[in-house]
Amino acid sequence: MAQITYIQALRDGIREEMQRDENVFIMGEDVGLYGGAFKVTQGLLDEFGEERVRDTPISEAAIAGLAVGAALTGMRPIAEIMFFDFTTLTMDQIINQAAKIRYMFGGKAKVPMVLRAPMGCGTGAAAQHSQSLVALFAHIPGLKVVMPSTPYDVKGLIKSAIRDDNPVIFAEHKLLYWTKGEVPEGDYIVPLGEADIKRKGKDVTVIAGSIMVPRALEAAGILEKEGIDVEVVDPRTLVPLDEDTIMESVIKTGRVLIVEDDCRNNGWGAEVAARIAGGEAFDYLDAPIMRLAGLDIPIPYNPKLEKKAVPQVEDIVDGIKQVLL
Amino acid sequence: MISRDKMLWMLRKMLEIRRFEEKVDELFKANLMWGTCHLYIGEEATAVGACAAIEEKDYITSTHRGHGHCIAKGGDLNKMMAELLGKETGYCRGRGGSMHIADVESGNLGANGVVGGGIPIATGAALSSKMKKDGRVTLCFFGDGASNQGVFHESLNLASIWKLPVVYICENNQYGMSVPVQKASAVVDIAEKSRAYNIPGEIVDGNDVLSVYAVVKKAVERARKGEGPSLIECKTYRWMGHSKSDANVYRSKEEIKSWKEKCPIRRFEEYLINNRVASEQEIEKIKREVEEYIQKAEEFALKSPEPSIDGISDGVYA
Ligand SMILES: Cc1ncc(C[n+]2csc(CCOP(=O)(O)OP(=O)(O)O)c2C)c(N)n1
Repeated sequence: MAQITYIQALRDGIREEMQRDENVFIMGEDVGLYGGAFKVTQGLLDEFGEERVRDTPISEAAIAGLAVGAALTGMRPIAEIMFFDFTTLTMDQIINQAAKIRYMFGGKAKVPMVLRAPMGCGTGAAAQHSQSLVALFAHIPGLKVVMPSTPYDVKGLIKSAIRDDNPVIFAEHKLLYWTKGEVPEGDYIVPLGEADIKRKGKDVTVIAGSIMVPRALEAAGILEKEGIDVEVVDPRTLVPLDEDTIMESVIKTGRVLIVEDDCRNNGWGAEVAARIAGGEAFDYLDAPIMRLAGLDIPIPYNPKLEKKAVPQVEDIVDGIKQVLL
Repeated sequence: MISRDKMLWMLRKMLEIRRFEEKVDELFKANLMWGTCHLYIGEEATAVGACAAIEEKDYITSTHRGHGHCIAKGGDLNKMMAELLGKETGYCRGRGGSMHIADVESGNLGANGVVGGGIPIATGAALSSKMKKDGRVTLCFFGDGASNQGVFHESLNLASIWKLPVVYICENNQYGMSVPVQKASAVVDIAEKSRAYNIPGEIVDGNDVLSVYAVVKKAVERARKGEGPSLIECKTYRWMGHSKSDANVYRSKEEIKSWKEKCPIRRFEEYLINNRVASEQEIEKIKREVEEYIQKAEEFALKSPEPSIDGISDGVYA
């Protein structure tokens, strides 16, 4: 199998879906000739033309709203928002419109669209270009929320997202874009709502999402040398959440650390923790559920401060040791 | 008439912007600077002409391409350079970086990482001036791309019906990242958008500092008299890529070259010499002083301390 980058896998997934279904199109700022700010759409303009790879003005609310309207009437739009932070400009259209339409209309309409954007910090882009914000959308019924961590997952998940008949928020991580991994050629999907065990272990379950997956795996590698056997569970989608896989893992290990790439306060880790505490795994817990998340601050510019703002490999190593105490 | 001192101030500020940006570019290329930044080279006359038309007490809001506005509003190069290097001595104590430099004390209400984000903020500052009757005017800088955001339209409409003391200054440098204005805006002259909101709209050569000054001054007077907002479109061009990661594939070499020939600084120097406002020697002297200032700012910033980790949560809440 070929080793390709996350960006390449994502692009392949989008390209294959565009080839498969002529209703799929992509729009966003600089997605055409420029190939997207992070080059995800590079080459797609040549292959599909300006009708299906549409450069838009800088008008996020309209980009999202047009996607809603197009989806409602038979197209399958992919709206690219240049940075996840700017999904905040789309909030009415996504939260009050896209998420509500199917239910409000008595289940008689659907909004099959994907809103994709790069999230996360680590590039020195400071407070308005570094947020993760997935928890914001995960709170809203009617939306699905995806945060792939590997090239394999990103391709399989983007395909599922495009084929899904609901509005899907697809959160890519900037620092994952240039990571490589094995990806089979051709069509395969990763279903929404299936977690993946990224590493099997018996001592402790680390539930990590997005960029925190490779960090948790690195931490697990370090702890292996100290005789600690870490299981890493990647939920992959926050909505729907695969409770069964999480529960099984916690029942097996009895200890759990949740690692988030976002601020802690009201983050998705709180939801996962509450489900574990309130479910069948509770009786198997040998230690309190621990959460490791970003500080409750805007992301600072200075690189040393920026690093401190969200969990790093060392923090995860320490966190795991604490759960094992 | 503009005084000789003012004209020399204008030249000095334009030179400060140019040299500051060149230095920043150099520091990026030497890997001493972190993150990203958007250079203003080629657009100096717009910020300087506009800021020359307001008083110290007045406000500005700025953009992601904000170094020029900050300098023209009287920004301290030491603090700016320190901010770009992430130092505690910077304008935002190293927390903001290039896209978030602000100096509320001196009336700079901040650069902005969100395209169009400053437009309603400027409008709100003008509302506060109107309510407090403090006689201040707000200059609101933004790009052609930003004029396609909803907040642009909502703000101009509000400012017009409430007759707020704000001057909207669109820096039309022809592109929003890779997208040319013709492909992004239904009208190529952004000034025309003023008609929808029943306010004056003017187009000015954004590479001619004196023209910018004259047009902005008129709008500022109008605002100060309580007659409401104006929209001024400065036609200009950015010489460099959009940001440091831009390979510039969407613009031809010829186009860039033709705009470089319209260099706002060289043009103003020629004006000053031809009209005997300043001699070449005087101009050379200003250049040397600016050079020294830049060197000092670099030294200051490089040897300044980093913020301490302990203070990482300072400033989230008042
Ligand atoms: C809301 C928002 N959308 C997208 C971006 C990414 N972005 C930064 S600058 C820019 C282009 C802005 O163009 P314009 O307003 O004309 O200003 P210029 O860069 O030409 O000075 C874009 C798309 C952003 N920062 N904010």
